[in-house]
Amino acid sequence: MNELIFFINKVLISGAILGSIYALGAVGVTLIFGILRFAHFAHGDMMTLGAFVSYILVTLLVAMGVTAPIPLGILVLPVAMAIAAVIALGIDKGFYAPLRARGSKPVVLLIASIGVTLMIQGLIRLFAGVGTRSFFDAEAKDIFRIDMSWLGATRDISITEPQIWMIGLTVVAVILLHIFLTGTRLGKAMRAMADNMDLALVSGINTALVVRVTWVIAGSLACLAGTMLALDVTLKPDLAFNIVLPIFAAAIVGGLGQSYGAIAGGYLVGFAETLAVFNWSAVLRPLNDVLPAGWSLPQNLALVPTEYKLTVAFVILVVVLLVRPTGIFRGAST
Amino acid sequence: MALVSLHDVTAGYGGAPILHGVNISIEASDVGVIVGPNGAGKSTALKSIFGLLKVSEGSIVFDGDDITNRSPDSLVPKGLSFVPQEHNVFTSLSVSENLEMGAFTRTDDFADTMTEVYDMFPDLKLKRHQRAGELSGGQRQMVAMGRALMSRPKLLLLDEPSAGLSPRYMMEIFAQVARINQTGVGVLMVEQNARQALGFATKGFVLANGSNLFTGTGQDLLNDPDVAKSFLGGHQP
Ligand SMILES: Nc1ncnc2c1ncn2[C@@H]1O[C@H](COP(=O)(O)OP(=O)(O)OP(=O)(O)O)[C@@H](O)[C@H]1O
Ligand SMILES: [Mg+2]
Repeated sequence: MNELIFFINKVLISGAILGSIYALGAVGVTLIFGILRFAHFAHGDMMTLGAFVSYILVTLLVAMGVTAPIPLGILVLPVAMAIAAVIALGIDKGFYAPLRARGSKPVVLLIASIGVTLMIQGLIRLFAGVGTRSFFDAEAKDIFRIDMSWLGATRDISITEPQIWMIGLTVVAVILLHIFLTGTRLGKAMRAMADNMDLALVSGINTALVVRVTWVIAGSLACLAGTMLALDVTLKPDLAFNIVLPIFAAAIVGGLGQSYGAIAGGYLVGFAETLAVFNWSAVLRPLNDVLPAGWSLPQNLALVPTEYKLTVAFVILVVVLLVRPTGIFRGAST
Repeated sequence: MALVSLHDVTAGYGGAPILHGVNISIEASDVGVIVGPNGAGKSTALKSIFGLLKVSEGSIVFDGDDITNRSPDSLVPKGLSFVPQEHNVFTSLSVSENLEMGAFTRTDDFADTMTEVYDMFPDLKLKRHQRAGELSGGQRQMVAMGRALMSRPKLLLLDEPSAGLSPRYMMEIFAQVARINQTGVGVLMVEQNARQALGFATKGFVLANGSNLFTGTGQDLLNDPDVAKSFLGGHQP
C-alpha cells in the first residue's frame, strides 16, 4: 500500500503540477504562434518576470503586515496577472510591433525574442541579484496529509496548499479560455485569425485588437504559470528559462496554434517527464520477497536519471513529429 | 452616380505593375462580370478595390468617396464585401461562426441577417454546427458568400464563385447572385464560366494583360464575334 501512495505523491501529484505549468506556458506559446506566426522564445522569461511581479507584491503585503487565510502568492495573482499583461503589451509594442510593421520575417521576430529573453534575464539579475528567493519566508507552506491507514498504509498522501491551488487554478484558467475562444466574438475572431489571416483581414476583423488580446492572455497565463512554479520550488532569475524547451515541445506536440492541443501536450510532457525520472524500485520493492534468495532489485530503477529529464520532452517531440508531423491536434505546419 | 468606379488604375504587387490603366464602373443595380484569360489581372483588379495591394496610379471611388489604398477593415463598415478566389472560408470554424465573423464590424444585432443567409442557402442551416472545412466545394462557396453578406454590403465583390463547381451548383450560385442583386446590392464578379455569367450580367468587362479589351453590356459581349472567338470558346449558334 505504501508503494501506491509513494507513486501517487511522486507521480500523480508532481506530474499534475508540472503538467499544469507546462500547459499554461504552452497555451501562450501556441496562441502567439497562431496569431503572429513566430516562436516566442522569451515566453519562459515572461513567466519568470510574472513570478517576480507576484513576489514584489507579496513582499509589499508582508511589509504592510497583511495576513490572509490563503497563501499571499495566490492572493496577489489577479493584480500580478494584470501587471504582467500590461508588460506583455509593452514588450510587443516596443520590440515586436515595429518589426511586424516593417514586414519582417518570422525568423527575425524569433531572434528579437531571444534578445528580449537576454534583456529580461539581465534586468532581473540587475535589480534582484542572482540569488534564490522563497515565497514562504514570512508564512508557512501548509501541507495537507491524507491519512491512508484505513488502507493499511503507514504513509500519507501529502500535497501542499499551493499545489492544490495550482491544479484548481489551472482548471479554472482552461475553462475560462475555452469559454472565451468558443463563446465570445473576440475569441472566435482569434481562432479565425489563426486559421486564415488574409480572410480575417478581408472580413473586417480588427486584427490589431486581436493581437493585443493575445498578448494579454499569453502574458497573464505566463504570470500564473511562473508564480505557480516559484511557489512550488523557489524563485530565481532563470526559473522558467530552464523549462522553455519542454514548453515548446508541449506546444508542438499539441499542434502549433491549437490551444487544446497545447494543454494536452503540457500534461503529456509533464507526466512523461515525471514518470521517466520516477524510481520504480520503490514501488516494486514488495517483489523482493518473491525473488529467489540472493536476488534483489537495484536501488535505482529510474528510466532516465533526473539530470537528463529534459531529454524526455525531445523524445516525445521526435516521436510525435515522426508519426503525426502536424502534432496530435493537427496544427499549423509553418 | 456609379456605385464603384476605377479610373485608369495602375497597380501591382510591389514589382512591375499588373494592371495598366484599368477602367471599370458599375451601378448598384448592376451585375458586372469581368472575364479574361488566366493571369489577365482579374483577381488583381478586385483586390485593388479592396485595398489588398498598392494602387500606384489612378483612383477608385466607392459610393462617392475616394477609397484608393484604404485598408480592408475600413472598407467593410463602408459597405464593401469581398469573397476571395481561394481559401475563402475559415476551415476550423463552424458554419455559423464563419457567418458571425462576416458580421464582426457590426455593432447591432445580426440575427436577422443570419436568418436571411440561411433562407438563401438552406444547406448551410442544416450544417451550421459543422466545421466549414468538412463541407463540399459548393457548400463552402455558399459559406463564403454568406459570410460576405453578413456585413450587409452595398457592393459584393466575388472572385470566381463558380470555380470547380458542378453545373447544378453553378446555376444555384448564379441564381442567388441575381437575387442578391435584386435586393439592391451591386455585384462585381470575376468568372471563368463566361457564357453563363455574361448571360445575366448587365455589364461585362474583358481584361487581357492588365488592360481593358472590351466593355459593354453582357449581351454586347456575348454577341461580339471577337469576344466570342477569343474568350467564350467559339461562337454559339
Ligand atoms: N500575390 C502576388 N504577388 C505577386 N504577383 C502576383 C500575385 N498574385 C498574382 N500575381 C501576378 O499577377 C498577375 C495577374 O494575376 P491574377 O491573379 O490577377 O490573374 P487572374 O486574371 O485572376 O487569373 P486566374 O484566372 O488564373 O484567376 C499574374 O501574372 C500573377 O502571376
Ligand atoms: Mg483570379
